[in-house]
Amino acid sequence: MRQIAIYGKGGIGKSTTTQNLTAALAEMGKKVMVVGCDPKADSTRLLLGGLAQKAVLDVLREEGEMIDLEDIMKVGFSGIRCVESGGPEPGVGCAGRGIITSISMLENLDAYDENLDYVFYDVLGDVVCGGFAMPIREGKAKEIYIVASGEMMAMYAANNICKGVKKYANTGGVRLGGIICNSRKVDNEEAMLKAFAEKLGSQLIQFVPRDNMVQRAEIHKKTVIQYDPSQPQADVYRSLAMNIDGNEMFVIPEPMHTDELEKLLMEYGLLD
Amino acid sequence: MVDIAECPDIERQALAINPAKTCQPIGAVYAALGIHGCMPHSHGSQGCASYLRMHLSRHFREPIITTTSSFTEGQVVFGGSGNLKMALKNLIHIYKPEVVGVHTTCSAETIGDDVPGIVEEMRRAGELPEDVKVFCASTPSYVGSHITGFANMVKAAVDAFAENGEAAEAVNVLPGFVSPSDAREIKRILKIMGTEVVVLPDVSGVIDAPMTGELKLYQEGGTKIEEIERMGASKATIALGREAGNAAGMALATNFQVPLEVLPVPIGIDNVDALLMRLSAVMGKPIPKELEEERGRLVDMMLDAHAHWYGKKVAIFGDPDVTEALTGFCVSMGMEPEHVLTGTRSKDWKAAVTMIAPKATVVDDSDLFMLHRLIKRNPVDLLIGNSYGKYIARSEGIPLIRVGFPITDRANLQHFPVVGYAGTAWLVERIGNTLLDWKEDRTPDYLVELIQ
Repeated sequence: MRQIAIYGKGGIGKSTTTQNLTAALAEMGKKVMVVGCDPKADSTRLLLGGLAQKAVLDVLREEGEMIDLEDIMKVGFSGIRCVESGGPEPGVGCAGRGIITSISMLENLDAYDENLDYVFYDVLGDVVCGGFAMPIREGKAKEIYIVASGEMMAMYAANNICKGVKKYANTGGVRLGGIICNSRKVDNEEAMLKAFAEKLGSQLIQFVPRDNMVQRAEIHKKTVIQYDPSQPQADVYRSLAMNIDGNEMFVIPEPMHTDELEKLLMEYGLLD
Repeated sequence: MVDIAECPDIERQALAINPAKTCQPIGAVYAALGIHGCMPHSHGSQGCASYLRMHLSRHFREPIITTTSSFTEGQVVFGGSGNLKMALKNLIHIYKPEVVGVHTTCSAETIGDDVPGIVEEMRRAGELPEDVKVFCASTPSYVGSHITGFANMVKAAVDAFAENGEAAEAVNVLPGFVSPSDAREIKRILKIMGTEVVVLPDVSGVIDAPMTGELKLYQEGGTKIEEIERMGASKATIALGREAGNAAGMALATNFQVPLEVLPVPIGIDNVDALLMRLSAVMGKPIPKELEEERGRLVDMMLDAHAHWYGKKVAIFGDPDVTEALTGFCVSMGMEPEHVLTGTRSKDWKAAVTMIAPKATVVDDSDLFMLHRLIKRNPVDLLIGNSYGKYIARSEGIPLIRVGFPITDRANLQHFPVVGYAGTAWLVERIGNTLLDWKEDRTPDYLVELIQ
């Protein structure tokens, strides 16, 4: 069982990418579980065809009530098991603590079936506190993929996340598997991200071009692979799935200093 | 006995061994108890409230009332608002307090619960009875010490209740983290001075309430809300102790322009003199003969037996305000403070104590392991501090004079004030005769003197 965590700047398309990627893996015949680690609990919306999920942390709200795994794990597209951690409403409580609690609960409920090929953690935005690093702590995800684009802030966030990965690399054994570029149609984006990934000591594992088909499928509460498997964009996600499935490059990233990162942006971002 | 002679002398940064402080909520509960009819409420897990009650009970040997929001993991994830609301409703219904003093704990602070906001929400929704006052202080334990928590709670009471009013002749006195008997003694002195006074908080008559055979949740003592309301119109505020009193004093000065004077805790002849002279100046009244006579008797005691303690080296540890005053007292006795240590972090304290005892090693934000190391390096004849000092005293073969908080291994000391001329006299007796006892215990029979 490979456990993989997907990180990246807020709004970069982690949930969309994760769901399209897992749909492609499932299409290949892999057994997959997706754990949404976002209080908004919208990480499995496409796979389930809507927000129909009881979150793990709802168990806490209804303390005393016996909860079975079936209550919190729904089977979505092509047998993908979908779990949402859930969390507090905005502005109260502690979402980081929520992730820690919910992952321990999943373990107690025996959600980690030995027959699974992949477990994906879709983690909210930046790694703002210890709770959001829970999926990469001891015994959990050993691989990380960071979703980024050619926009400066996305790369800045990706670089920052690498600092977190590096921190846990020695204790938890986590490694960076690669950067996924979710294109924002920035000038020279693919070359820039390739250089960026290499600077970190890693690789650009897939360039995902911008295609309105993704948006269209989302409106229909579906991944592209479910909505229209013949689309070229579906093949992009299939390629990402193949690359990850066959990936053998796992590194401890070397995060850049800010000036180094800015230099890279100058070099690739300003062509004229 | 525990002897650290073999321990290597290492620089420590992230480790405290035998801390010389405890957590903010301890001070917050103690301060809240000094308000009449007040139920202290701990917004956090049950273990916090259990510890607060137990620690205070071990010192005072009295039941300490405190309610809790009783957090479980659910509150830490989703926020403690629901539990606080339910707790306030329940405790008001069951225990019928006039006031509730809510303080926070580490978990509530870390998740960022907006306690005043939640209380305000309840107030607006009509969920709190109009005649029950609620005030809130933020008291994370990972900041400061129990003295910080005490100061925060007193300031919260002033912020919540003090009002502008017609200028009054009264003087606000903030006695700081002292025993109920100390608060009583301060009030006695103020009465003799003829000063109209508001003492906040006033734990006398609450924690040392007389045994009547009747079990009561709320005692006769404690500062009344009406009194706190009047504090904004008082003539002056005297904070006895900077660390515990300055915050509330500054709030009164800033919000209501009540002039603030920060004086040492009135332990030792100079410090009591300072309080009386200040009161005399504020009130425009002479110091009554009765107090002058008390002073005279104290001077007499100090003279009669000074040979027994003159030149003795002493180490003092405990809370910042009390240790600062005790250092001054020891100097006035002709003793030599060698080490003065507190667990609370304070540059002001360090500067003040160094000024009083320039030859002493003065350490703030430290622990008893450090104190023991210091005493090993420069031995002393006497240790003054709380019960935790007994292990050092035994290991070094020196007597311990128990002053401060907590005293868990000797009973009833909280009934004997250490403030004022009378309290200082008691300390003089204790120190002199303890040193004689200690000496005599080590004297062979043929050298035992009848007259000392």
